[in-house]
Amino acid sequence: MTDPSGTKLLRRILLAALSCALISVAQAADSFITVASTTSTEQSGLFGFLLPAFEKQSGIAVHVVALGTGQALDVARRGDADVVFVHDPAAEQKFLAEGQGVVRQEVMYNDFVLIGPKDDPAQIGGGKDILPALRKIEAAHAPFVSRGDRSGTNAAELRLWKAAGIDIDKAKGSWYRDTGSGMGPSLNTAAAMNAYLISDRGTWLNFKNRQNLVILVQGDNRLFNQYGVMLVNPAKHPNVKQEAGQKFIDWLVSPVGQKVISDYKIGGEQLFFPNAKR
Amino acid sequence: METMFPLSLAGVGFAPGGTPVLQGVTLDIGQHSRIVILGANGAGKSVLIRLMHGLIKPSAGSIRWAGSDARPSAQALVFQRPVMLRRSALANVAYGLKLDGTPRPERQRRAETALARVGLAHLAHRPARVLSGGEQQRVALARAWALEPRILFLDEPTASLDPNAAAAVERIIRDIHGAGTSIVMSTHNLGQARRLADEIIFLHRGRVAERTPAALFFQQPQSAEADDFLKGELP
Amino acid sequence: MEALSAALGLVATGDPKLLGIVALSLSVSLSAVIIAAIAGLPVGALIAVGRFPGRQTLTVIVNGFMGLPAVVVGLLVYLLLSRAGPLGALGILFTPTAMVIAQAVLVMPLLAALTRQVVEDAWRQYEEQLHSLGATTIQATATLLWDTRHSLFTVLLAGFGRTIAEVGAVMIVGGNIDGVTRVMTTTIALETSKGDLPLALSLGLILVTLVLAINALAYVTREWAQRRFG
Repeated sequence: MTDPSGTKLLRRILLAALSCALISVAQAADSFITVASTTSTEQSGLFGFLLPAFEKQSGIAVHVVALGTGQALDVARRGDADVVFVHDPAAEQKFLAEGQGVVRQEVMYNDFVLIGPKDDPAQIGGGKDILPALRKIEAAHAPFVSRGDRSGTNAAELRLWKAAGIDIDKAKGSWYRDTGSGMGPSLNTAAAMNAYLISDRGTWLNFKNRQNLVILVQGDNRLFNQYGVMLVNPAKHPNVKQEAGQKFIDWLVSPVGQKVISDYKIGGEQLFFPNAKR
Repeated sequence: METMFPLSLAGVGFAPGGTPVLQGVTLDIGQHSRIVILGANGAGKSVLIRLMHGLIKPSAGSIRWAGSDARPSAQALVFQRPVMLRRSALANVAYGLKLDGTPRPERQRRAETALARVGLAHLAHRPARVLSGGEQQRVALARAWALEPRILFLDEPTASLDPNAAAAVERIIRDIHGAGTSIVMSTHNLGQARRLADEIIFLHRGRVAERTPAALFFQQPQSAEADDFLKGELP
Repeated sequence: MEALSAALGLVATGDPKLLGIVALSLSVSLSAVIIAAIAGLPVGALIAVGRFPGRQTLTVIVNGFMGLPAVVVGLLVYLLLSRAGPLGALGILFTPTAMVIAQAVLVMPLLAALTRQVVEDAWRQYEEQLHSLGATTIQATATLLWDTRHSLFTVLLAGFGRTIAEVGAVMIVGGNIDGVTRVMTTTIALETSKGDLPLALSLGLILVTLVLAINALAYVTREWAQRRFG
């Protein structure tokens, strides 16, 4: 009231901030869909490669919220996503059975790998049989890192323990470290403590802080990792952008989309293998 | 206008948390008074001034203005340490007028006049807080004066000032009284009391020991307590 | 050292994507602080000045909420803005607006509590004078807010420092969507996840530099105001 320069400055800051907020709101109002997906697709760099191609062709922006598969499905259950793109077939079937999703389409696969320290304290010695490898880790009580976050990878890991005849809930001790976090943070943890873990290949290939970690077991059919995509059921969640969401799904399983997926490589190595049914 | 006086205190006591600070104070203050309250530290001078001004409520007795319980707004208090707002000297004076409900254009004019009266027109646009202690007290006096109070209370207004600044403040108090405002002030400075007072109210341990015309008080105090006080204080 | 030169390189190249992330961080945090201030400053000042029933309780609540974990705030705002939640119809989950709301809620108690301290100190000094001049509680509050504006500016900067460095709440309600809700802290979290520690560290250095610059600004403002206004 008596210090006009101060008041003016304050007013200018206020205006600037308000316009910033408004601009960001305006941007968000453009045509876009929200896809709840997994950390593996995001952190492997696939989306960074895939989405620009779709956005360019369709004019629809794709907002990816990357979570573990379990969380991604929960976000969709609350109606906060239009499309889910995840990798835990059992959980996806349950989602469908609840009437939360419309149809599930398979898009691509890659595989899980068993990662461990180079000096291999559990004496796994490579190979492609995952079940004996897990039994050795359990027998040696060698450090093992689990995601513990209901993600697709976590679900796959738990299935594998079961297939190996190990009741992990009973067998787990101080050697079994449940990090409750994403693939990347779990890899960081394993690298820091020279532990074994199950990872999807894509995140592993794009992961830079490997230290002593190497792939020990790969190529077992049990390590197959299927990705599926579903439109969230508009009958249950009326705000779902059905048309744009369906466009994205159709593109993913179309020859064009499938080709882009197979084109994504790191260091010459292909990360995901398209396998949509035509 | 004329209905504000007398200010009447009847059996006024103040006892925060049960400890009596002031007891059984009964006195009338009329228009055109110029009263100085004297007393040792802790005698209750500041409390009495705050009670009369209405900053605190008495725990016993009554304070009335011309027989009414309503507190008139045509009064002001100047504190020992002036409280300056973080704005210009002029704005500090105008602020009091704003709270008093004076419309903006008149506020500005009256604030300028008041500052000129205390001899600070040249510092009107300086931030008040960077002024010297004496200048700040003069701004406080201008802020009070601008309100055109019928009675002005001052609580040891020169206690933190050097002699020159104190003299300037005394001159202004005399001017304010000359313009028709009653003055009630407390002080430790007996010389100042002699120069400014028409009447002395002497407080001793929370009670009024005597109320005497100033000339008589300094010649021949009516109470033993005032006599001891003057003997102790005067060389 | 390596990270530092990498950070400088990142800034020097003027990578539009990086600049976008920094700009979004700044605008989200700034908007959040301003919105929080509109509510938090008057509330803090009223607690300091007012004498009303429940004032003590309010003080305890505000002080307690100051330490509210960001993820809890994020979760609450998420549930509120989710399609299945009470404000779902707005459709603003996973947008910068949602991030602004979460951060405003997060920082409001901090602003109110710091404002209460600043204004309470000033009130102790001003109380008798303002009462003598006949100020009402509202008038006194407004006067104190204006008179402590330089200290309150540093309060705002403290709030800004908290929001710009915050990751939990913005991650949950923003979703860390590339190019839409990805801010500096969530980028750092993501790059750390990908094991790209040098890049994460470089971004961290940029963030630290920003926060330091903000604090330097706060300090300089205070000093200047002290000299200028006393």
